Amino acid sequence: MGEATPLIVKDIHKTFNDLEVLKGISLEAQKGDVISMIGSSGSGKSTFLRCINLLETPTSGEIIVHGENIDFKVDKRGERVPANNKQVEAMRSRLSMVFQGFNMWSHMTIMENIIEAPVNVLGKPKKEAMEHAKELLNKVGIYERRDYYPSQMSGGQQQRAAIARALAMEPEVMLFDEPTSALDPELVGEVLKVMRSLAEEGRTMVVVTHEMAFARDVSNQVIFLHQGKIEEQGHPSKVFENPDSERMKQFLAPKY
Amino acid sequence: MFDFHGYGPSIFQGAILTIEIAFLSLFLAVSLGLLGAIAKISKNRLANAIATAYTTLIRGVPDLVLMLLIFFGGQMLMNSFTDMLYDRFEIDIFININEFIAGVVTIGFIFGAYMAETFRGAFQSVDNGQIEAGKAYGMSQSQIFRRIMFPQMMRHALPGLGNNWMVLLKTTALVSIIGLADMVRLASEAAKAVHEPFTFFIPVAAVYLMLTAVSEIVMKRLEIRYSAGVVKG
Repeated sequence: MGEATPLIVKDIHKTFNDLEVLKGISLEAQKGDVISMIGSSGSGKSTFLRCINLLETPTSGEIIVHGENIDFKVDKRGERVPANNKQVEAMRSRLSMVFQGFNMWSHMTIMENIIEAPVNVLGKPKKEAMEHAKELLNKVGIYERRDYYPSQMSGGQQQRAAIARALAMEPEVMLFDEPTSALDPELVGEVLKVMRSLAEEGRTMVVVTHEMAFARDVSNQVIFLHQGKIEEQGHPSKVFENPDSERMKQFLAPKY
Repeated sequence: MFDFHGYGPSIFQGAILTIEIAFLSLFLAVSLGLLGAIAKISKNRLANAIATAYTTLIRGVPDLVLMLLIFFGGQMLMNSFTDMLYDRFEIDIFININEFIAGVVTIGFIFGAYMAETFRGAFQSVDNGQIEAGKAYGMSQSQIFRRIMFPQMMRHALPGLGNNWMVLLKTTALVSIIGLADMVRLASEAAKAVHEPFTFFIPVAAVYLMLTAVSEIVMKRLEIRYSAGVVKG
């Protein structure tokens, strides 16, 4: 037996009221995989990512993190909910998420943001967490800004800080939810550069993105979602150069 | 300047009592306010209903009436409860509702309702993304509350909290009607005795003003502290 697969997601369905936004999506991330999820707005890609760490509870389907299957139960109102909060918290601490809107804690400095979860969730000694944070801040190129508050930084810097915060958890898998969509065009590059370096280090990443160049050049697997279903999936060379699906062809076609 | 005709020390004692009642009531009000706010935003229907009944009732009835109800009505309820204990179980106790506790409880209860509304609004103004980030990093509910929601909520709550505190401080004057010897009651007795209202009421007014002025400075400090990381503009 080798190491357990970092992340397996099986047949996720998600229904909001009567609207089925995810119609059975599966994914398997081996160590070092970079999986890009692409698709038009409303295709369900962000919802799917949020189902992986249970920010949304999937209506059905399985989530297996490092060999551990997340337990669900049905509550009094007949809704499916996670059975064990402790298990969910432990699982989330192994899958850090980077958000579209950064979501850096606004009342803490960058340094405080980065050491918050390692100290309070993982129980790391503060000194050690700060040493690690310094390394990470250097890596994402904002060491000089460690004592700034998020509001004093540009979007690109905040997102790089958010990536450092995610790395500080030494996660099994990193989840990126449209990390560059809220950025000014000239700031997108600095964030993509950091993400690319992470991919080259062999980090396991699932990235929801609109950046086709990133999906094509950096990832080793691309999943194209359309109306809550996987429409096309495979190596980027296949998906981008020679797609089977009509939808994928349309999606890639020049828009003007 | 002022000749207190020997009443000075007792009025000073009254001022101490006023401050004691104010701080204890504030503590109770903030605790009840936080509980009420959490109950109001929770999905639990029972908690929600209790909190709504509480704020509606308290905010809808005059402070004075509530104080009389709790002090006199509370004593009657307590008496019939102890009678019942005696009749049924032959347990013989007498519980006397102490004026001081009745005063603190009443004022704490009244302002707890206002605080609940202040805190509820403040909790709702915390951006959901901030809370989601906490969840996504494996924080427990209580960690999210202590480390993220509470400090961020306080910034929004402080102006309302400060306002409530000042009204609360002045409402302590009501305890004189249930027989507590606070500053107002003692000053009023002294003023009647020597027929010099100004001699006694102006210093009393000055003490309230001083307390509220100090409070404003403290509030300002707190506002600065809880505004860390907020861009002013």
